[in-house]
Amino acid sequence: MAGKAAAKASLAERQALKAPAFAYAKPASLQEAFELLQNPDARVLAGGQSLIPSLNMRLSEPELLVDITGLPGLSGISLQGSSIKIGALVTHAQIEQSDEIKKHVPLLAQAVPHVAHAAIRNRGTLGGSLALADPAAEYPACAVALEAVLVVKNKTTERRVKASEFFKGLFETDLKPGELLVAAEFPVAAKSDRSVFLELARRHGDYAIVGLAAHNDRFAFLGVGDRPVLFSFKKSLEEAKRTLKADLKPPADLYNHAATKLHLAGVLLERAWNTTTA
Amino acid sequence: MEHDYGITLTVNGTAVSRRVPARLHLIDFLRDSLELTGSHTGCEHGVCGACTVRVDGQIVRGCLMLAVQANGCRVDTIEGLSDSKELAPLQKAFHEKNALQCGFCTPGMLLAAQDLILNSKKPTREEIRNHISGNYCRCTGYQAIVDAIEEVVNGKG
Repeated sequence: MAGKAAAKASLAERQALKAPAFAYAKPASLQEAFELLQNPDARVLAGGQSLIPSLNMRLSEPELLVDITGLPGLSGISLQGSSIKIGALVTHAQIEQSDEIKKHVPLLAQAVPHVAHAAIRNRGTLGGSLALADPAAEYPACAVALEAVLVVKNKTTERRVKASEFFKGLFETDLKPGELLVAAEFPVAAKSDRSVFLELARRHGDYAIVGLAAHNDRFAFLGVGDRPVLFSFKKSLEEAKRTLKADLKPPADLYNHAATKLHLAGVLLERAWNTTTA
Repeated sequence: MEHDYGITLTVNGTAVSRRVPARLHLIDFLRDSLELTGSHTGCEHGVCGACTVRVDGQIVRGCLMLAVQANGCRVDTIEGLSDSKELAPLQKAFHEKNALQCGFCTPGMLLAAQDLILNSKKPTREEIRNHISGNYCRCTGYQAIVDAIEEVVNGKG
């Protein structure tokens, strides 16, 4: 019996996805957070909806998680002049429910229902998604299409980075060690602006096969490269399709051939075209 | 090295204090430490929805939250929400419409469905499908689940 129980336990251990051991700290102030982030093996924990799965799969083994959800000043959505400032800790669910975002940043409002599922949108954050820079994520493409500005702080200074310069590659951003993304500023849409967000996924809320965040002549594709891929299409749909076919080189994923992705990107472009040029 | 932290939270209306390793997921804390095994561990990386529980009134993935993050929170599980009869209309409709077979997904499915019922006026079948899109069921093909939720939405539950 003991042997059977041991065999059962080891089977459970093999099959289970459990995170490695780490320490946990929940700072109450930015200053305290920056002190903790001096540790090169510390990782920032916000909503945790991407970090915790990667810990469960042991793709990441940090020494310390710095839970920033108790920090003041990172949670608001506010109209500031010609932009909407969204704190890094604002959740997808809060973005979804925000009338200000519906009114002033319609592209983001259209994108947010595509971000995972309700239970995940309740915890996942804007800052977490932008700082992770998953190439299949919705917000990075929206930020690039809208020319959003990301606000980054370290212990002593604050700097502002254009979205197009923030995303450097696969899960790679302009964030330096010891820095924290604290907010993103999205320009308020003018009456004449046309925005549309489209995405194709195997199941609603799953990772995008291909997605498109389009704002006027700026078309930012997601899921087709190591970061959002931006095109400017002005003239005709035919010319845009030709350019896309010649210049977009999507890598295949587990389920879709590169040619499939390229074709689907063209489908989204065509669907978006009439909305953005109307 | 294991790092332990003290947490105090309210689970199904009862105050609970424990020391937990930082890496312990909320779902494992509920199932193993508190023996509330109604919520299930499925994929353990946020895909299947079997571990759905409620934290401070919002549904979350129990496998994507650490127990230490629930410090100070109010957690409700299928056990508490069954005892309070909050889920009774949905449970009755699931039963009547054969909206479960093996039942593994059911606790999570009920919490996701109740979340929609609480936060939406009169969702369409399409909206019901979207809202439960994060919860896998490998038995029913979903049709009966949508039927059951729709029944409660229409006030016939």
